Amino acid sequence: MTAPLRIAVVYPDLLGTYGDGGNGLVLARRAEWRGLDATLLQAVSDRPLPDADLYCLGGGEDGPQVRAARTLIDDGTLARRVAEGAVVLSVCAGFQIAGRSFPGATGDPHEGVGLLDVDTVKPTGPRAVGEVLVDVDPEVLGTVPTLTGFENHGGATSRAEGVAALGQVVAGVGNGVGDGSEGAVHGRIVGTYLHGPVLARNPALADRLLSWALGDVALAPLDDAEPESLREERLATVGGKRRRRRRT
Amino acid sequence: MREGLASATTRVVNATSRRLGRGQGTVAGGRAGLRLDPRLLEHLSAGRQVALVSGTNGKTTTTRLLTVALGAAGDAVVSNETGSNMPPGHVAALVGTKARRVVLETDEVYLPRVLASTAAATVLLLNLSRDQLDRTNEVRMIAGSWRAALAAAPHTHVVANADDPLVAWGAGAARDVHWVGAGLRWQHDAVGCPSCEGRIAFSGGGWSCASCSFARPDPEATLVVGPGDTARAEWADGRSAPVRLALPGRFNQANALMAAVAAEASGVDALAALAVMETVQEVAGRFTVRSFGDVRARLMLAKNPAGWDELLDLVAGADAPLVVSINARIADGADPSWLWDVPYERLAGRAVVATGDRFRDLSVRLHYGGVRHTAEPDPVRAVTLAAAAITAATDGDSGAVVDVIGNYTAFHDLLGVPA
Repeated sequence: MTAPLRIAVVYPDLLGTYGDGGNGLVLARRAEWRGLDATLLQAVSDRPLPDADLYCLGGGEDGPQVRAARTLIDDGTLARRVAEGAVVLSVCAGFQIAGRSFPGATGDPHEGVGLLDVDTVKPTGPRAVGEVLVDVDPEVLGTVPTLTGFENHGGATSRAEGVAALGQVVAGVGNGVGDGSEGAVHGRIVGTYLHGPVLARNPALADRLLSWALGDVALAPLDDAEPESLREERLATVGGKRRRRRRT
Repeated sequence: MREGLASATTRVVNATSRRLGRGQGTVAGGRAGLRLDPRLLEHLSAGRQVALVSGTNGKTTTTRLLTVALGAAGDAVVSNETGSNMPPGHVAALVGTKARRVVLETDEVYLPRVLASTAAATVLLLNLSRDQLDRTNEVRMIAGSWRAALAAAPHTHVVANADDPLVAWGAGAARDVHWVGAGLRWQHDAVGCPSCEGRIAFSGGGWSCASCSFARPDPEATLVVGPGDTARAEWADGRSAPVRLALPGRFNQANALMAAVAAEASGVDALAALAVMETVQEVAGRFTVRSFGDVRARLMLAKNPAGWDELLDLVAGADAPLVVSINARIADGADPSWLWDVPYERLAGRAVVATGDRFRDLSVRLHYGGVRHTAEPDPVRAVTLAAAAITAATDGDSGAVVDVIGNYTAFHDLLGVPA
C-alpha cells in the first residue's frame, strides 16, 4: 500500500475565476478510475499550503493574482516541493505567477514565484480572447496530440533561453511575443494560457502529468469517449474556421 | 430636429424588423436611432423619472417587479421588458411613449454610460459575480466603474445589496445609499477585498476585510428566511411584512425586497409595493410551462455559476430526469469553462439529458462529476427523451412536467419553439 497521490488546487479563492479548478478534479478522477488512491485538496489562501505531489494553479483577476503570488512566496511550500520533485500545472494568471515577474492591474511589475524562467508584461495589442489550438513540442512532452483550449489574457510572456515552449499555436495567440509559442515547460513544471479547463479538453496532457507525479509509470488507457468527442469537435470547429479565414 | 428624426427612424426600423420576424424589434431600431443622434437616450430620458436595475443575476425579474410596483401606484410606467438591456434597447423602449416613470434593466458593463445619459433618479444594484468573462473580463473592474460613475451622480438614490462586497464597493462612494440585506449565496468572487486586496471574511451573516476597515454596511431592510419557502422583509425602523411571491426561489424573494426598497426611494410605499408583487406570475418566460407536442416542460434560466448554484437548490429533491441545455453564443459568452465552477455533483443519482450547441462540454463536465447522463444535441428531442423516461418510470403516467435548465440563448431557443 503506497501513500495516496496528493493533488492540490492552489488558492481556489484567489485563482478560481476561469473554471481551472476542474484540472484538479480531472487528475483525481483519472487516478481513481485506474484504481489509484488519490486525494484532491482545495488549498485556500488563508492556510499554509499543504505538501502535495501535483499542484494546479488557475486563472484569476489582477488584484487576487498579486495576492496569490505574494502569499505563495511567503509560504515557501510550493518552491520547496518543486525542488523535491513535485509536478506543477499553472494556467493563465497561475502561469504568470509561476514565472519570474508579471504585471499588476496598472502594469507595474510584481515578483513571481520563479519556478519558470519566464517574464510577463502587458501586451501592446488587445487582450487575447478566443479558442486556441496548440501543436505540442514532442521533444518536451513526448507524443501529445494537438491541444485545444480557450485563452483570455492580457499578457505577453517571454521565455529565457533554454526554457521550452509547451508548443506552437495553430490558432489563437498564446504567449503573445510574436514567435507563435504557447506556454512554457521546465522539468516537471508546465505553464499555459489554455482554459477549458485544459486537462478536461486534453486527456493526454492530464495523463502525462499524472504519469510524472507517479514516477513515470505507464498508465492503463481509460474510456475517453466524452473528452475525445469534445476534442474532435473543437479541432474541427476551430481548425475549420482558421482554414476558412486563411482562404479569404 | 435631429432627435425627432432619430426617434422616427427608431420606430420605423423596429416596426419593420418585427414585421420581417427578425426578433422582437428592439435593437435594430435603437441602433439606427443612436447612429443619427448619439444623445438620443439623453433626450428621451429628459423630464422623466428613471430607475436603472443592474447586476449579474436577477435583472429582468427585478425590473419587472419594480415596474409592477410603480405601476400599481397609479403612474404610467415604461420598461425594456424584452431584456434588451443596452442603450439600443433602452432607446427602443422609450421612443413610442410619454410615460413619466421609466424602469430600465441595464447591462452591468453599460451602467456608467446609461447612468450618465439618463441621469437616473434611482439605481438598484443586485449582485456581481463571474459571467461572460470573454466579454466583461473582471467583475472587480465592473465594481470599480460603478463606484466612479455613482460618485459622479450626487442626485441619484442607490439601492444596493449590502451582503455583496463587490456591490458594496461599487455603491460605496455614492451620496445616498439604501442598503438592503438581500443575501449572497455565491461568495466565490468576493474573497479579495476590492479596497485593499486583503481578505474578506464572511461570518454570521456579515462580512469584513481582515486588513482594512471595509465591512458590510448596516442595512435598512433585511430578508429574513423562515421555515419552508417563507421569508419576511424586516426594516430597521420596525416595519415588517411577509414576502409572498408566485415566482419560486429565495433569490426572487431577495429581488422583491430590493425592488420594494427601490420603489420606496421612488416615492411609493414599500409594503404596498411588496404586496402587489405577488400578482407577477411569470417573467419573460422564466419558470413558464411550455408544451412540445404532447410533452410539457418547465423552462428555467441559469447563465453563470451563481445562477446555477441557486437553481440546483430549487430543483433538488426531485429524481425525475433533468434536461440541461448549454450554448456558447455571443450572448452566452464564448467560453463554457464556467461549467466547471458549477457544483453539478449535486445532480448525482439523477438522470440528466445533456443538450444544446455545447452538449459535449457539458457531457465531459458531468462525466468527471460522476453524473449519469445521455447526450442529445437537439433540445426538443432531449425534452422528449426525458419525458419518455419519466413516463416509463411512472407506469405510463404522462402528466409529468420535465424540468429544463438552459443558459441564455439555450433557454430562449426553447422558449421560441412554436407551440
